Amino acid sequence: MAFKIVTSQCTACSACEPECPNNAIREKDGTFVIKPEKCTECIGYFDDPQCVAVCPVDDTCVIDNSYPRYVAA
Amino acid sequence: MNSHAGGVSTGADRPKSMEEVMQQVAEHKGCGTSGEGGKASCGSSGGPEDMDPAIWEKVKNHPCYSEEAHHHFARMHVAVAPACNIQCNYCNRKYDCANESRPGVVSEKLTPEQAAKKVLAVASTIPQMTVLGIAGPGDPLANPEKTFRTFELVAQTAPDIKLCVSTNGLALPEHVERLSQYNIDHVTITINMVDPEVGQHIYPWIFWKNKRWKGIDAARILHEHQMRGLEMLTERGILCKVNSVMIPGINDQHLVEVNKAVKSRGAFLHNIMPLISAPEHGTVFGLNGQRGPTAQELKALQDSCEGEMNMMRHCRQCRADAVGLLGEDRSAEFTTEKIESMDVHYDLEGRKAYQAAVEQERQATVAAKQAELADLEAEFSDVKVLIAVATKGHGRINEHFGHAQEFQIYELSTEGSKFVGHRRVDLYCQGGFGEEDTLPTVIRAINDCVAVFVAKIGGCPKDSLKAAGIDPVDKYAHEFIEQSAVKYFKEYLAKVKSGEIVHAARGDADIRQGAYIAA
Repeated sequence: MAFKIVTSQCTACSACEPECPNNAIREKDGTFVIKPEKCTECIGYFDDPQCVAVCPVDDTCVIDNSYPRYVAA
Repeated sequence: MNSHAGGVSTGADRPKSMEEVMQQVAEHKGCGTSGEGGKASCGSSGGPEDMDPAIWEKVKNHPCYSEEAHHHFARMHVAVAPACNIQCNYCNRKYDCANESRPGVVSEKLTPEQAAKKVLAVASTIPQMTVLGIAGPGDPLANPEKTFRTFELVAQTAPDIKLCVSTNGLALPEHVERLSQYNIDHVTITINMVDPEVGQHIYPWIFWKNKRWKGIDAARILHEHQMRGLEMLTERGILCKVNSVMIPGINDQHLVEVNKAVKSRGAFLHNIMPLISAPEHGTVFGLNGQRGPTAQELKALQDSCEGEMNMMRHCRQCRADAVGLLGEDRSAEFTTEKIESMDVHYDLEGRKAYQAAVEQERQATVAAKQAELADLEAEFSDVKVLIAVATKGHGRINEHFGHAQEFQIYELSTEGSKFVGHRRVDLYCQGGFGEEDTLPTVIRAINDCVAVFVAKIGGCPKDSLKAAGIDPVDKYAHEFIEQSAVKYFKEYLAKVKSGEIVHAARGDADIRQGAYIAA
């Protein structure tokens, strides 16, 4: 699994972008998106997923169930 | 409002005479600027006697750091810093409306390159724009690369513009050194508490060291960083203003402690602002019905903190993309689209000449007040009254009652006149602000005043004001505010003495929160 950003909720504040340890977040069409193949849910880096911890709007960075759970190598 | 395209910097090859420059000052604001333009108040810089000349030099043309300056000089904010590292209960980043005016709100975000271009365009159109601030809409120091890149670009192309930042303080200690390297000599920290017990009711969380901290832990970390940041600024001689949001029932009494704490750590100015809170803002405080203070509550707190430290009472709690004099917002003239089509010519010498003229105008207002004060010294009375003034800047009574978007409030006593605040009102003349009848709204906003000074006023509102016990005064039209205020106060005292009027305390007034609509 990976995290995804709920587009309708995103304020495009950009706070998540520099916090991502995988460089998986980019601005696209006025909001921010997470590249699922790069997202590791911050496992191995931090206790909490950084995008979730820094996002000013609740329930905006959420688990994307369409991807299998990330397994640390 | 006109676009004032070009201003004084239209690229004329010959130097402009002072008359021409002053003429343009007059045209710019649509008002006369005759008077003792060139007369300095005391032969020196005209700064207050109790202020260190070095500090006066830093603040004399900074509208946010000097009450005097704010009548004459303008500022702008560029919205290059959208990210924030804390959450405040009075802020909601999702809400954004062009008619909404409060910190944290902007219409468009800019890249540092767009921001630098905007600064040049504004500086060329509004030559009395002396200050560039970065105030968000998030926290400038949570966006350090964008913030410092913007300052770097502006310093290269417009070296005369003062740079300042406004921060919540969480990331301040790690950036103080860089701030001082970039010649940023004005920093504002928003400090709402010095006790984490109080802070936990204002800040639900902070993001620090890759973790979201909540409750009292969050407030403690934030508090420690704010105090350390302030001390580090003081050590480096960077002027620091402290902003505090007054939240009745949460930190109102506590702000006296905050005032002592920041004063002892060297803050230069304390700005206690009323909470802006309405359900439609979608903030925690807006939704849970937390009210803001009344005019009397705010003034009482500001008065109780006024001692060795300067209190700022002229803050307009402007947007993170505001442009113009405090109390006006011309940001709609400078959208990215409009800037693209502007032919910008940065005329440093023209700006200097214009600002020198504005400085003379500022000194003339001080001189006029001093002259009027001379024979008040012998008077002794404990009578104190408030008056409201309709002005569009330059320290003069130069606005029509019906056109005023705000009134400036002065307290008059035998000590002289003192600016104590401002009250926003909606455009009375344009009418149609919802179903609301606007004249009673205006009266409620200045209900604590004995008089309102205007350049002009219609017969109908004149009668309504008189009925409400507020004296409509138009005999000082286009004259200096403070000189006229002192004149008026002398007459008032004489009338009280002769028994012609009975001096009585007036009631409280509303602090209105709504939109400044750029006309």
